[in-house]
Amino acid sequence: MEVTYLEAIHQALEEEMHRDERVFLLGEDIGVYGGAFKVTQGLLETFGPRRVIDTPMCEIAIVGSAIGSAMMGMRPVAEIQFADFMACAFDQIVNVAGTSFYRWRAAVPIVIRAPSGGGVRAGPFHSQNPEAWFCHAPGLRVVVPATAYDAKGLLKSAIRDPNPVIFLENKYLYRRIKEDIPTDDYVVPFGQAAVRRKGSDLSLLAYGAMVHEALAAAEVLEQEGIDAEVLDLRTLVPLDEETVLASARKTGKVVITHEASRTAGFGAELAALIAERAFDYLDGPVLRVTAPDTPVPYSPPLEDFFRPDAAKIAEAARRLAAY
Amino acid sequence: MTLPNEDLLQIYEYMLLTRAVDDRIDLLFKQGKIEGVSFSSLGHEAIAVGAAWALGPDDVVAPLHRDLGAYLVRGITPRQVLAQFLGRRTALSRGRDGNTHGMGDLNLGILGYVSPLPDQLPLTLGAAMAFWVRQEPRVALAFFGDGSSSEGAAHETLNLASVLKAPAVFICENNQFAYSTPTKKQFAIENLADRAAGYGIPGVVVDGNDVLAVYDVVHKAVERARRGEGPTLIEAKTMRMRGHAAHDDAFYVPQELLAAWREKDPIRRFEAALRQQGLLSDELAEEIASRVAAAVDDATTFAEKSPFPEGREALEGVFCDV
Ligand SMILES: Cc1ncc(C[n+]2csc(CCOP(=O)(O)OP(=O)(O)O)c2C)c(N)n1
Ligand SMILES: [Mg+2]
Repeated sequence: MEVTYLEAIHQALEEEMHRDERVFLLGEDIGVYGGAFKVTQGLLETFGPRRVIDTPMCEIAIVGSAIGSAMMGMRPVAEIQFADFMACAFDQIVNVAGTSFYRWRAAVPIVIRAPSGGGVRAGPFHSQNPEAWFCHAPGLRVVVPATAYDAKGLLKSAIRDPNPVIFLENKYLYRRIKEDIPTDDYVVPFGQAAVRRKGSDLSLLAYGAMVHEALAAAEVLEQEGIDAEVLDLRTLVPLDEETVLASARKTGKVVITHEASRTAGFGAELAALIAERAFDYLDGPVLRVTAPDTPVPYSPPLEDFFRPDAAKIAEAARRLAAY
Repeated sequence: MTLPNEDLLQIYEYMLLTRAVDDRIDLLFKQGKIEGVSFSSLGHEAIAVGAAWALGPDDVVAPLHRDLGAYLVRGITPRQVLAQFLGRRTALSRGRDGNTHGMGDLNLGILGYVSPLPDQLPLTLGAAMAFWVRQEPRVALAFFGDGSSSEGAAHETLNLASVLKAPAVFICENNQFAYSTPTKKQFAIENLADRAAGYGIPGVVVDGNDVLAVYDVVHKAVERARRGEGPTLIEAKTMRMRGHAAHDDAFYVPQELLAAWREKDPIRRFEAALRQQGLLSDELAEEIASRVAAAVDDATTFAEKSPFPEGREALEGVFCDV
């Protein structure tokens, strides 16, 4: 069945709620309205107001109460209306969810879903890519799906995982990509990167919406005789280090791309990993194609300059290929 | 407190201007000229204009997405507003932020709007705190919504403001909805103003569609704050007359509710009162209306002719260098 990235997420929620009665949803405008992006549309009608809870505006209480209910055996999936507003619940996410199991063996099987990413002219507070904040906080899984198949399979894994999972949906992809996905139950396990395109000259490491930009860049590069491999990381914590290292060792040239700003972004972590464990195989510097260190600007020319795309990735790849 | 006739007519003109700019924003959005989202202040004209009118020239205000009228009263021009919505370089945020977000000007005593709600509340308290520390007779006023009232930042701010007796005024615009969420799912009390008792400060409910009532209540609160007697929580009741933002058809809002509130339209009510008092003739009404229309047309031309920023400008000004 051909579904959008958004429908795939909706299906995962619906199927998991049928499969496991401990799963319930909470968030702002998710019930009657069906969510700001309509991801949860219809679920209130199917599961009722005790399993699809419309909350007041209260990110701290949404995440905190999700944690408490998880300690009582529930499997909450909290929606934060925009990933930017996860900052409002930062303390609950980082200090409470991320540390409880380590400190006193209280598992926190919660999922926090949030639309992230730009390219939709939504300005500084509805476009952010906060994955690195959460990768830096121990105890949190960080999931960044790039395809409809993965969005469904990774969300199912997230709901079944005994740990707190930050599930960053990419709002640019919601209705822009479609694919055939199986109708029977499947999961995509955490910590397994996907090689989206095999290549031998250089490696493009990406996740979320940037996977599609990297694939588009690879097409262009192919015309120019550069054979690029494209990796989709799928989950950042846990990270599939072996697939990343294998690709780096094979091609010896790596371009890392992410939509988030540059300094201390996840690209820095990948570059460090490659420097530590694949140094001898490198034929050139590890390059990063990222957003600059600025807030996400609103006006189209500013956002287009800000956001990495296929052309910017191809340009960096050409420089590296020439090494 | 009775205002001079001249003020009444200016208030009327600002309310009309607010609505005319808002209608133009709606049109520009429908024409595809405004990218992303766009918020409307329809129905909130009395609250925004009435409250801003009660402030002195050195006071500070933190308006939100429904408070176009407050921006205009404080001196932001329709040209600046439309340039902001169109993402042009001539806008106050130079294209970095959109719609009313980030539309601030400290020279006019306006704190730019931050999207996470209600982050403006602690900010406004901070402005009041600066006045309190320096013992200046100035006041800071913040708007927030019925939905925003549920956030932790609202509680922390009201409590600290009360403890310090800070010269601040907090106006909750209860427009019955927060996005799709009706007030009965937002809080389990009738009047948000009742929360003031829990902070040990006065709480007042006012008809948010009666501009002079709003002015009166805010004026008293501002002067009280200026005297060093501390903050006031005002709840102005009104109705959000369009969807949450331009993409939202507000299917969840009962038509009867909208119809009932349309009867209480703040501009028509004030206009009727002015006519009854003999302050507004047909000729004067026409003169004002054509002045407003000209201002909005001029602003549209200005905004549409303004250049977009160059892409590279995105890199400038992350850190202060002045
Ligand atoms: C912290 C935070 N959470 C969620 C949002 C998304 N959001 C934007 S406006 C809004 C509703 C605001 O309702 P209210 O405070 O009543 O103001 P109104 O729009 O009704 O004037 C929501 C949920 C936000 N801006 N900030
Ligand atoms: Mg509201």
